[in-house]
Amino acid sequence: MATATHIHGRIGQSIKRQEDARFLRGKGNYLDDHELPNMLHMAILRSPHAHARINSIDTAAASAMPGVIAVVTGEVMAQHKLAWMPTLSGDTQAVLATDKVRFQGQEVAAVIAETLYQAEDARDTIQVDYDVLPAVISPDGAKSASAPLIRDEKQGQKDNHIYHWESGDQAATQAAMAKAHRVIRLHTFYPRCHPAPLETCGCIADVNGATGKATIYMTSQAPHAIRTVFALVTGLPEQNIRVVSPDIGGGFGNKVPVYPGYVVATAASLLIGRPVKWVEDRSENLISTGFARDFHMTGDLAVDEDGKMTALRVHLDSDNGAFFSDAQPSKFRAGLFHIVTGSYDIPAAHVTADGYYTNKAPGGVAYRCSFRVTEASYLIERLVTNAAIELGIDQAEFRKKNFIQPEQFPYTSATGWVYDSGDYPKAMDVALEKLGYDELRKDVEARRKKGEVTGIGIASFTEVVGAGHGADFDILGLRMFDSAELRVHPTGKALLRMGVKSQGQGHETTFAQIVTEELGIPATDIAVEEGDTDTAPYGLGTYASRSTPVAGAATAMVARKLREKARKIAAHLLEAAEEDLAWETGRFYVKGSPEKAKTIQEIAFAAYTNLPEGLEAGLEGVHYYDPPNMTYPFGTYAVVVDIDKGTGQVKVKRMVAVDDCGIRINPMIVEGQIHGGLTEGFGIAFMELITFDADGNCIGSNFMDYLIPTAWETPRFETGETVTPSPHHPLGAKGVGESATVGSPAAYVNAVIDALSPYGITNIDMPVGPDKVWAALRSKGVTE
Amino acid sequence: MKVSMKVNGAERSGDVEPRVLLVDFLRTNLRQTGTHIGCDTTSCGACTVLLDGEPVKSCTLLTVQVDGRSITTVEGLAGGATLSPVQAGFHEEHGLQCGFCTPGMMLVGTALLDRNPNPTEDEIRWAISGNICRCTGYMNIVKAIQHAAKAKAATPVGAAAGGE
Repeated sequence: MATATHIHGRIGQSIKRQEDARFLRGKGNYLDDHELPNMLHMAILRSPHAHARINSIDTAAASAMPGVIAVVTGEVMAQHKLAWMPTLSGDTQAVLATDKVRFQGQEVAAVIAETLYQAEDARDTIQVDYDVLPAVISPDGAKSASAPLIRDEKQGQKDNHIYHWESGDQAATQAAMAKAHRVIRLHTFYPRCHPAPLETCGCIADVNGATGKATIYMTSQAPHAIRTVFALVTGLPEQNIRVVSPDIGGGFGNKVPVYPGYVVATAASLLIGRPVKWVEDRSENLISTGFARDFHMTGDLAVDEDGKMTALRVHLDSDNGAFFSDAQPSKFRAGLFHIVTGSYDIPAAHVTADGYYTNKAPGGVAYRCSFRVTEASYLIERLVTNAAIELGIDQAEFRKKNFIQPEQFPYTSATGWVYDSGDYPKAMDVALEKLGYDELRKDVEARRKKGEVTGIGIASFTEVVGAGHGADFDILGLRMFDSAELRVHPTGKALLRMGVKSQGQGHETTFAQIVTEELGIPATDIAVEEGDTDTAPYGLGTYASRSTPVAGAATAMVARKLREKARKIAAHLLEAAEEDLAWETGRFYVKGSPEKAKTIQEIAFAAYTNLPEGLEAGLEGVHYYDPPNMTYPFGTYAVVVDIDKGTGQVKVKRMVAVDDCGIRINPMIVEGQIHGGLTEGFGIAFMELITFDADGNCIGSNFMDYLIPTAWETPRFETGETVTPSPHHPLGAKGVGESATVGSPAAYVNAVIDALSPYGITNIDMPVGPDKVWAALRSKGVTE
Repeated sequence: MKVSMKVNGAERSGDVEPRVLLVDFLRTNLRQTGTHIGCDTTSCGACTVLLDGEPVKSCTLLTVQVDGRSITTVEGLAGGATLSPVQAGFHEEHGLQCGFCTPGMMLVGTALLDRNPNPTEDEIRWAISGNICRCTGYMNIVKAIQHAAKAKAATPVGAAAGGE
């Protein structure tokens, strides 16, 4: 029927976003925009030292300052058994320090006052007497025999080692390495960076003394899981905890964990009986909340005489900071890093990982990435380009020769992942075509002969996103399903509530479109609500590109449930048998008589007014979707760079990104996600760095030191797509929010390495700043 | 100290400590929360407002410094229900995702078009380079401002809503 295709918002239509209206008018409702009656403000005192014993804390002056209501220390928290809290990785983390401080920026005390200015004034008068201890700032330092024991409070902890973890087949990998024609090694450091969403983290805790109800407004990507964690940590009954995530100003993984400030503000509100607001400033965000990466990686890639990869061996030293509080599925110690064989058909692989405590901020989060997939993707893609250069094979050709082929899907990797679908050669071909690769390659060779430093980098990434399946993927036992609740009102308009939580991804549009596709209700007639645990169905939240793979699937499934009920009502209205009805988006009609039809709006009205005998009233439902498998988005990115020999400056001349995320629900939003990821990938590759001096002072604690790309540095992107649907997702979608951050850093750096390869340079660690490039060129005597 | 200023065309006044930042005055005293705080170091531009038509970062101005002057915030861009050309451009070109940088970006775009109705891509990128966006990658923000430039060019002078 002609009408169905014109319903506003069906899958594949780039409709404009429904959430824009409030943001464009400055009427977004972010955490800090909330003002509750009688609200107090909290400021946190943080440690200036990376490692120090606390002798005493003097809060007398602070307590006497104007407007101050309370000063909270670790001692006070300990009286309520809240000085320490459990982490998402099975460790403990100090809420307010009692014995030692273990990283610069650690929470030591908090002041609650009538205004924020008063709270900060008083905070600055607190006197802490420290004995400074030596600081550990790297895994190598942590291993050293002379290293101080950071976690001396932990029973049985004798050194700074946290975990050892392995995946794959060691014997088979060793055997293949022994027989290899060549083994190419790359040791590279993926440095610490930070998601740095433009809105920092914060909360307002409002505990009602009369009812015991705790309402906590929080910048959380996972409000339901936070509610359960709070119930477990504080002992409050879960029905008395309501977590509300309002509009979120970007998350990128930074807003998944539970931070000490949330716990202190909640305890303070409980004890004082007034709402308490705590919002980090930028430095607090950069020095204390969930960082990313900090992986020291060594990869060995074995290749036979024909240029076929035969084995991959990887070792990883992970720098986890002072507390092991990585936000990741509980069964995995290094996230999903063992996806490290990437897009290649490598028969044998073995991955070992060791985690270490250091005197650095805790909380390894996946900065726009599915639990350490970007580190894995970066290593294999760097290694593949380095191998191609070393073997004298074209890097595109070498990839094509070793890709998992389309007919091999579903494909089981050497570390046990079951890839759902893919066509890697096709994505590569589209990217090379778009780039004009063959011509460009000739151009590069010609320009090199003239002494120019120029190169092309390729990365053909594969991601693993959309956790669960719940049997393998859980957080503290909570299975990683997600949910959608759909209510179709009598007038045919609908309310969709989700267990996930948008931080800018456009859920209010994308998920409405799924309902449009399944029920034919125009997207503009559907309101999408998320983030209030008192009203939304339980879900694990938005991170690891799981919203569309999991909650999107739940939305399709609940809509299909309602469609089946709608069929019964339509049969009643049309006086026909259910099996004689056919569905066409937006209406049921009698087979053979398309003019005898009832629209979804007519059926919705009947669901409340004119039901068949015995059928429950209403047109509402909920679905909890536990995916049978992860999804595996992929793509090929290609970058062209020119390097200035005089300054070491890298100029990205082209950036071609071909993504395959399966079916695209709103192509405009998908494209926007890719642009954002390519930019954050660019930042990581060239600019963003959290580093430390020998004393453990954080370098990168504000936006003058932690460099984020502006419009001036950011390249223009050329995007393309292929479409290989996921066979197990109800809509064939795979998720896309993180593909570009996962795939692009290696593409950018590979272009630099390709440019420098004529001089024998095989590695520069990110961020690839002009200083490092210039020094590398200098070491080969080629600077101007 | 007593201060008074025009905010989005309306006379506003207050009694503030000399140290109170303009962004705090706008957000806390006037409850105009569309102006955001992103960094405290004048680096990110989330707090951008127009001071007598010029973009400034309100996290690095004291409230008392703008006594007697005229401020435009994001709340002053639309003319009633009608979006300004720049606001409409951001919607049409998907120039926003989380929305946190958007007020600052739109104000810079508005000021740019006021003095340069037909900017090149480089001129737009330079103009917004004091504002950080973590979500969009800037391409669609550039398009949004170009969209607004075209819309303004196609509209007779005086007919466009807001943007003053």
